[in-house]
Amino acid sequence: MSKSKRVSWFYFSSPQTFYGLAGRLQPWFSALAVIFCVVGLYIGFFIAPTDAQQGESYRIIFIHVPSAWMSMFIYLVMGFWCGVGLVFNTRLSSMWATALAPTGALFTFIALWTGALWGKPTWGTWWVWDARLTSELILLFLYIGFMALQAAIDDQRRADKAGAVLALVGVINVPIIYFSVKWWSTLHQGSSVSMKSAPTMAMTMFAGMIVMALGFWMYSIATALSRVRCVILERERHTEWVMAEIGERK
Amino acid sequence: MIRTLGWVIRRDLLLVFRRRGDVVNALVFFIIVVSLFPLGVGPEAAQLRNMAPGVLWVAALLACMLSLARLFAPDHQDGTLEQMLLAGEPLVILVMGKVISHWLVSGLPLVLMAPLLGLQFDLPGDALAVLCLSLLIGTPVLSLVGSVGAALTLGVRGSGALVALLVLPLYVPVLIFGAGSVGAVAAGLGAEPHLMLLGGFLALALVLAPWASAAALRIAME
Amino acid sequence: MLEARHLECTRGEKKLFRDLSFKLGRGQLLRVAGANGSGKTSLLRIMCGLLSPSAGELRWQGRPIRAEREEYSRNLVFIGHLNGLKDDLTALENLRFGAALGGVPADLDHALAGLDRFGIAHCAELPAKVLSQGQRRRVALARLALSPKVPLWILDEPFSALDVTAVAELERLLAAHIASGGMVVLTTHQEVQVVTHAVLRVDLDLHTAALLAA
Repeated sequence: MSKSKRVSWFYFSSPQTFYGLAGRLQPWFSALAVIFCVVGLYIGFFIAPTDAQQGESYRIIFIHVPSAWMSMFIYLVMGFWCGVGLVFNTRLSSMWATALAPTGALFTFIALWTGALWGKPTWGTWWVWDARLTSELILLFLYIGFMALQAAIDDQRRADKAGAVLALVGVINVPIIYFSVKWWSTLHQGSSVSMKSAPTMAMTMFAGMIVMALGFWMYSIATALSRVRCVILERERHTEWVMAEIGERK
Repeated sequence: MIRTLGWVIRRDLLLVFRRRGDVVNALVFFIIVVSLFPLGVGPEAAQLRNMAPGVLWVAALLACMLSLARLFAPDHQDGTLEQMLLAGEPLVILVMGKVISHWLVSGLPLVLMAPLLGLQFDLPGDALAVLCLSLLIGTPVLSLVGSVGAALTLGVRGSGALVALLVLPLYVPVLIFGAGSVGAVAAGLGAEPHLMLLGGFLALALVLAPWASAAALRIAME
Repeated sequence: MLEARHLECTRGEKKLFRDLSFKLGRGQLLRVAGANGSGKTSLLRIMCGLLSPSAGELRWQGRPIRAEREEYSRNLVFIGHLNGLKDDLTALENLRFGAALGGVPADLDHALAGLDRFGIAHCAELPAKVLSQGQRRRVALARLALSPKVPLWILDEPFSALDVTAVAELERLLAAHIASGGMVVLTTHQEVQVVTHAVLRVDLDLHTAALLAA
């Protein structure tokens, strides 16, 4: 997710210039997202072999696992940009983190739903308290907390900084939470219903998941670019360039 | 620096002494919540014994979380917090003082009350001892982590529910190992690993939480 | 000793003031004037270090206050809109805790003398919640009587809610502080009769900082 181009790094750290760059990059990432997702789904649904134990229903992991990966990855990236915004006092870093959060929450939500959809035909229940699902649930709360905090604070700078502190506290806690939940899950599992390793990983399955993950990654960037443009317009609405921009559109 | 810490704790404890309702509130909430569970699931002894660690720990969590509203908000409203930011001592020390007095008022009574409530759930003696110990180590962590949530939501509308949303996910590891320690003893295994981990959480929280709270307070006061 | 360089303050969407510079030396009083909402309180909070300016910097003894916030805080007393009093503590307790946390612990006699200066020694054992607005303000201001050695006093509308005697007493206190080489920054809607050589006036409406002879 590097923003460095041929031009100097700091040129694009102003909201105005980044607005233009984001607009130009977004279609490319969208296209890549579509390509990767199509390929990944094709691998997942047509090429990967049928599983001996679970039949066809296991194929949902091609969405479940990559979205779980993305939900964690986006949180870390969000935490990183929050940290940058807090230390260097750059507005754009905070705006980017704010733009990422809803996409991260979405992937967490998708991971939870696909987990449920997997659980029903396989083990007969809609919800299984296994390590990953429970961690995803808590991660969803962390995302919602971040978004709720930023929404509740009226002053924009304070909202950015407070959200940043929360995100950084969250980043430190995510490994602790994951480890705790994993331990709790292994302790309480009677029959080992583990969603992670049920099908032994054939190469094609793994490849399918990687490709889907790439597709989701491209999608995240594309959505975040589009969202950050809205955030920029909203926050900078009193500057001349935004008023000119909006005037043009009309 | 220690003197200032002392002043902060003294002032807070004096305030609580003048308004004893605060201590009682947290405690009564704890007792009520714990008593609701048997009413909800039935009085069968084996089931209650199984549930007890989780129930007691969740109730302690909620009681601690409710009392966070008392931590910084009153000081923010009457201008005392402003003066603390200008105290000329590291804000981290003052925050530690506030958290210590918060724990003494809202956490320690729970630790002392828990064995009695554990008896209601028919927990054996060694489990009660571990319950006490786990709460003793765990409730300061709850106060420390909670202080970050309280500082972030200072003066924000709807802050009661918002603090819960922010802080409860962060409480989960403490809950898992706190309740887990009692469960382990009840199952005949040792509770040392759990208690050591709780101790580790306490050490981590002692180092990081006051710093995060101080940063959040400065942000809130800008 | 206190130098502001090109201070700019933006609250929410509004730019309150920009490019504000002044120097405040020993034995000087700075009066910040301006209409309601022009940023007087914000400027005072910037001077305390509670608020960061959106541009520019503040220097104390030549060093930026951002670098040494605690050291700077030790050199100032701030009395803002809110009195910083706890309702359930007595006037005396409030004063002693306030002084102690500010780094200037006051023993019983000094504290009582401070309250006496503002004519509220009789309220010493009363909890703050039963005191009137004016009495509470005086308890807050009594801290100044205990802090003669603290060089910089920053006061936001200190005269509000005070009666004539208290106003006169505060003016005497401020004059004494300035005469002994201290510095005072204040905002007030009233014209201040503080006898001093140098009154610096910063007018936020007019964006000017001018040194006026008293």
